[in-house]
Amino acid sequence: MLAILRDLLKYNLEFRIGIILVGIVVGLAILSGFSPYPPGDVYVVPPDVPPSSAYWFGTTSRGQDVFWQVCVAIRNTLLFGITVAAISRVLSLVIGLLSGYKGGWIDRALMGVNDTFIVIPLFPILVLFYFVMRDSMTWLMLAMIMATLGWAYDARLIRAVAMSLKTREFSQTAVFSGMTTREILTREHLPYVMPIVFSTTMNNMNWSIGLEVTLSVLGFTDINTPTIGGMIYWANQHTAIVAGVWWWIAFPIAVVIMAFVGLFLLAVSMNEYIDPRSRLSRMGGGAR
Amino acid sequence: MSGYLAYLAKRLGQFVLVVFIGVNIAYVVTHATPIDPVEQSISAVTSFGNTAPEAIEQMRQSLKELYGVGGSWREQYFTFWSRILRADFGPSMSAFPTPVSALIGRALPWTVGLLVVSTLVTWALGNLLGGLAGYYQRSRSFKLMGVVAMGLHPIPYYIVALMLLIVFGFLWPVLPITGGSAMNLPQGWTLAFIGSVLKHSILPALSLILIGVGSWFLGMRSLVSNIVTEDYVQFAELGGVNRRRILGSYVMRNALGPQVTGLAMSLGGIFNGAIITEKVFGYPGVGTLLVDAVYAGDYGLVLGVTTISILGVSAGVLAIDLLYPLFDPRVQVA
Repeated sequence: MLAILRDLLKYNLEFRIGIILVGIVVGLAILSGFSPYPPGDVYVVPPDVPPSSAYWFGTTSRGQDVFWQVCVAIRNTLLFGITVAAISRVLSLVIGLLSGYKGGWIDRALMGVNDTFIVIPLFPILVLFYFVMRDSMTWLMLAMIMATLGWAYDARLIRAVAMSLKTREFSQTAVFSGMTTREILTREHLPYVMPIVFSTTMNNMNWSIGLEVTLSVLGFTDINTPTIGGMIYWANQHTAIVAGVWWWIAFPIAVVIMAFVGLFLLAVSMNEYIDPRSRLSRMGGGAR
Repeated sequence: MSGYLAYLAKRLGQFVLVVFIGVNIAYVVTHATPIDPVEQSISAVTSFGNTAPEAIEQMRQSLKELYGVGGSWREQYFTFWSRILRADFGPSMSAFPTPVSALIGRALPWTVGLLVVSTLVTWALGNLLGGLAGYYQRSRSFKLMGVVAMGLHPIPYYIVALMLLIVFGFLWPVLPITGGSAMNLPQGWTLAFIGSVLKHSILPALSLILIGVGSWFLGMRSLVSNIVTEDYVQFAELGGVNRRRILGSYVMRNALGPQVTGLAMSLGGIFNGAIITEKVFGYPGVGTLLVDAVYAGDYGLVLGVTTISILGVSAGVLAIDLLYPLFDPRVQVA
């Protein structure tokens, strides 16, 4: 594991940039624990102060320190992404491995449902959820809903790997030595798909955070939990750009873009690491 | 030919399944809630001002049918489906008494126009540039383009739209940032109106293109850079075949198949992006309609837009799937 990390740091520029960006973002999220003000409180500092040495990122029209708001917001946003990713990973692993290993009608049925979830436009459905739930739509609820909608694409990737694993000799050996399907999937096949699970985690986090920001900006989530989208929502409510309070919008956007690009670069570099051909060419070997 | 028929049947089956599951999700969402949706919607509408009592009664009736309150669950389920199959979502509550289907019908051409044009431009541009970048790997400008694509691609639509809005709305106001056409022009096939529509669509289309182009670029580049190492490409190069011909009909042609499938698979996501982009730029399409309907508490309209989007996106996917054999003739054999 450490050797992999060292190789990635040494040969992969994308990984280096990605880890720096994600590092900064995670650092901000950790700092949120030291925030001098409770995140929900308003009018704790003078409003509309531009960035200065006292307030690094300025203050909002609601009298909040933008720096500490951003810290808390990015922490909640990241936690949201991780929660969605973790739950949907379990779903896509179970469905992908089972579908690839079993084949036949189980595979056809699962993949029919799977393709449906890939195609369906999720945003109107999420809006419908919010419309019906209104104020009872909590943070965790939204994470659960997004997880049950967002597993499909990765399940297909995992299925493709599981299908080829099934034909390998060690799978046959496992069957002949009397292992059950569950044992084969968890003990024999799971380790092989773990790299894919890691790289899709990053992409899935990007996906869910993007949707969460979009929903929050429209006010379609629990707007009292500070998230990046929620910050932009409040800034829009106070017409921050027109009023010239640009720092209220610029800093959360800058931080969330760092998170997006960082996570994406980590996913890309991990994908490249999984593919031996591109790894070779990066280390200076191979054909091209 | 029978191979193509089997393919057709399979695709149609998938289309029906998507619509079926989508509508069922809508049904479950609206029925599994502990809140009484009918009274909540009514109170949300009536709190905005005075509404005629008969209008409220008509709303309540249509809401009850839409939500399917009353009767056994089987009856509820079938009423729901029959309403949806007839595209009858009752009168809109925020624009009473205009029927929901009329509102959607008015907004749909805007969305479809914006979406089709920007998706096609994005796809063509991304694949062309990606193909070139994969073939001419040592070119500095294509490498730079790859870096830009990697930076832009993961950012969600909303953020890019907002940044374009800030740049072209406040810092350098040269383009209209809201609406579908100039307010003072009558709608019709006049030159002035079409020009105004085009001008208003630049920013929404640009934000869709900026985000979308990256993923096609990156996908095509990695596909092409794998294909150029294949034996037949090396052979063609050694045989002195014109390089442009190698790139066009040997390399890119073979990489197009997965990209067409990719287009079908990402259509739902592109549509999500279009909804939010429309809202940011106040474009008079389905997305703006949906978001405003939520603010106004207009249940029939929200359900209508959701259903129409599921139908529309799956029809788009079906269309791409049916065209797929043009790109990859092997489908007919399989």
